[in-house]
Amino acid sequence: MYLGKVIGCVVSSVKNEVLEGKKLLLVRRLPNGPVVVAIDAVGAGAGETVYVCRGREASFAFKPEEVPTEATVVAIVDAIERQ
Amino acid sequence: MVLARIIGTVVATRKDPRLEGKKLLICRLVDPDGKDEKGYIVAVDTVHAGFREQVLIVQGSSARMAYGCKDTPVDAAIVGIVDQVSQD
Repeated sequence: MYLGKVIGCVVSSVKNEVLEGKKLLLVRRLPNGPVVVAIDAVGAGAGETVYVCRGREASFAFKPEEVPTEATVVAIVDAIERQ
Repeated sequence: MVLARIIGTVVATRKDPRLEGKKLLICRLVDPDGKDEKGYIVAVDTVHAGFREQVLIVQGSSARMAYGCKDTPVDAAIVGIVDQVSQD
């Protein structure tokens, strides 16, 4: 899992039927990583710092639905403390 | 998931029986602005995407969860045709 920043969204009207109703977000890995398209599981919005789960486990956020995703926004970050 | 653009098709006569009837497309990775990036992916089409269309590709074992790909030897599936990418 890693931290990312929501930088936009993707609109797709023709999609695999298991993705119907899912919000697709453009997320840049912090600080300056690559951009991925992630499915939103928590209602995140533009500019927010979020927590992204990658890999097969990303689809577990939608259990019992089987959603084909390898990146899911699973949390919105309120604060980060560094020692 | 990644954004990509379809640049070609793959024809394979001898293949795993579970891949029969599935369309294999060559996709070039693109950034959110639509510019080409390095690398390409051969992905199974689940949405009837066409040449030069911008699409959404899911990779890894999650690709098998796409409708029509259950229990198939697939690690990249096209799951959406992109209408618009908006950046803030």
